Amino acid sequence: MTGGGEGGPVLLQGGRVVDPEQGIDGLCDVLLAGGRVAAVGTDLEVPEGAELVDCRGLVVVPGLIDVHVHLREPGGEHKETIASGARAAAAGGFTAVCAMPNTDPVIDSPATVGFVAAAGKAAGASRVYPVGALSLGQRGEQLTEIGELVDAGAVAITDDGRPVMDSGLMRRALEYSQTFDIPVADHPEDLGLSGKGAMNEGVVSARLGIQGKPNASEDAHILRDLLVAELTGGHIHLQHVSTRHGVRAIRDAKARGVRVTAEATPHHLLLTDEAVEGYRTEAKMNPPLRTEEDRLEVVAGFLDGTLDTLATDHAPHHYDEKEQAFDDAPFGVVGLETCVGLLLTHFVHEERMDLSTLVDRMSRSPARAFRLPGGDLKVGGPADVTILDLEAEWVVDSAAFLSKSRNTPFEGWELRGRAVRTIVGGRTVWSLEG
Amino acid sequence: MSRISSSLGKDLIGLEPLSAEQIRGILDTAEPFKEISERRIKKVPVLRGKTIVNLFMEPSTRTRISFEFAEKRLSADTVNISASGSSVVKGETLVDTARNLEAMRIDMVVIRHGASGAARFLAERIPSNVINAGDGSHEHPTQALLDLLTIRDHRKRIEGLRVCIVGDILHSRVARSNIFGLLKLGAQVGVCGPRTLVPAGIEALGVERFRRIEEAIEWADVLNVLRLQLERMRTGYVPSLREYNRVFGVTTPRLERAPRDILVLHPGPMNRGVEIDSDVADGPQSVILQQVTNGVAVRMAVLYLLAGGAPERAEAAKTGGLG
Repeated sequence: MTGGGEGGPVLLQGGRVVDPEQGIDGLCDVLLAGGRVAAVGTDLEVPEGAELVDCRGLVVVPGLIDVHVHLREPGGEHKETIASGARAAAAGGFTAVCAMPNTDPVIDSPATVGFVAAAGKAAGASRVYPVGALSLGQRGEQLTEIGELVDAGAVAITDDGRPVMDSGLMRRALEYSQTFDIPVADHPEDLGLSGKGAMNEGVVSARLGIQGKPNASEDAHILRDLLVAELTGGHIHLQHVSTRHGVRAIRDAKARGVRVTAEATPHHLLLTDEAVEGYRTEAKMNPPLRTEEDRLEVVAGFLDGTLDTLATDHAPHHYDEKEQAFDDAPFGVVGLETCVGLLLTHFVHEERMDLSTLVDRMSRSPARAFRLPGGDLKVGGPADVTILDLEAEWVVDSAAFLSKSRNTPFEGWELRGRAVRTIVGGRTVWSLEG
Repeated sequence: MSRISSSLGKDLIGLEPLSAEQIRGILDTAEPFKEISERRIKKVPVLRGKTIVNLFMEPSTRTRISFEFAEKRLSADTVNISASGSSVVKGETLVDTARNLEAMRIDMVVIRHGASGAARFLAERIPSNVINAGDGSHEHPTQALLDLLTIRDHRKRIEGLRVCIVGDILHSRVARSNIFGLLKLGAQVGVCGPRTLVPAGIEALGVERFRRIEEAIEWADVLNVLRLQLERMRTGYVPSLREYNRVFGVTTPRLERAPRDILVLHPGPMNRGVEIDSDVADGPQSVILQQVTNGVAVRMAVLYLLAGGAPERAEAAKTGGLG
């Protein structure tokens, strides 16, 4: 690893700087000092002792943020640890991630929140923000001590991994959380409608003989959450939206002023349930890959900002767990190390989305949704920066992942564009050269 | 270890990947094998020296015994592994089971498993021939083949016939294999059952859906009546067995109103008085026991073909082996 220590000045020279918050998209320098952004401008003077980073031909953006990752620690260290996950995040260009609380034990107390925060800090890679459980043990019965979780470092609450089925509990969470100004994140799924479904319910599931989760299981829950958010004035953050009616419902709700933010994932933007063909467990996740009609609406929502935040739902699983019959394998795919490459290749290079909008979805919007520092390169903000090479051609090879797990549906994909350096608090925590 | 490539490929996972010609080839090959089971000494040397494992990770009596008879009458050496009392219940994964079987250098595996895709999963990981004896709700190809053979025995053709599958389509591997096989051979296929047990998207496979059993009977030349798993009542798919029989049961009064003579099949085991009434099951239109007899011949044919036998040499193989 290169880079001056915490606080040493670093001058990023001659890159194309893209910062949607300040409306910057042009060649200039960025000076980092004291762990902060010190200056952004052309031909900045080189301060005494500064580390120079030649960014010519590269793109300098505010650090990418993934508000939805599963780091599996405590309890699932064979899949991922907070340290390995933080390193995988850095290798994917993320300067910060939000760790979901569905571990064993569940992150539902100040002590466990503190553990995640401390382990994240100790990893010395991407920042790791803990997300606390919404209910004790994620049992969906009693609210956690949300105020204490926030004091210990939690940036949001969720029962992710499970939906909040009790609408009354969701109402209380959306009301009570307002004191602390944090979002309530929900995995929208009506478990009754999902039944024993293991993939999308449709033509493919009928042919493969696999029980399906219908769109309606997600749609109904999204509508419920939107209505309860509207009732309470609370901030609902809807995770990994995968259905066309879900996208439309969120678009309508935003138009009438409901406080809602929502995620799109790379896999729901790029794949359909056809990817399950052959009982491919690396295409098994929850919510499932849906139909082309759904995918197109997710893309439309991502483009128009209805789905304001890109999140990977990084869900590592050990290969033994995925190498099973489809019904027996767990839900989830890894995403941290393929995300920006996939989006640059299939959205920016294919001219569906401009780079500034992608930076908005991957940095600015997630930062605002979870009230995290960063998301822009304003002077005085944290020196969290991602440097991208838009032209680097590479092939997804899960054996090279820094994550402990390999369960990607994108193995072998040929991509153009990737992160080449990740800077957190002015310190390079990962670079392609190593 | 390399295998002789058969007219079916390495494995029989389902009827969906097969061509009409391959399916007809299996049915034609079954014809000369039928006679073996009628002999006083029911044994021919076709698979002498072949080792076959019957890996049944879900309870099965009929299918397992049918395979075992087919194997033994072809002189194969067989070993049975069932879920209870095997390493499977001790937590061994399917991958490890596969690797251990392979390490013992077996020639074929017949697998029954509760998860859809399990047979293919195994076939992708071992060089032995794999025969799917039912995987979850996916396929049960030899059952559909014996159904096809039985229909062909009675109607002399498959093409143009209207075959309606009645009952729990959602959970049924028999239904899927029948749909794929019948459509490939040119039949028209209908499905009929409570909407809770007919999956969304089934029409995309090319079948017609009947809301009521009376409409299905009006339309069909052949009914293939599926077993209603009793647990479907507990899990809320049907309110009661009595009501199921009242609304969807195949009964003599209903069959008497049919415009034509209908052939009735059932893959067994039957719930008499639920999906099928006893007087139908035991009546002149029922070919249920002949299905069982044909099952042994069809499984012999599949074993023979996967071992590298040629359809046109099946008769000669009965005395001379694979040659």
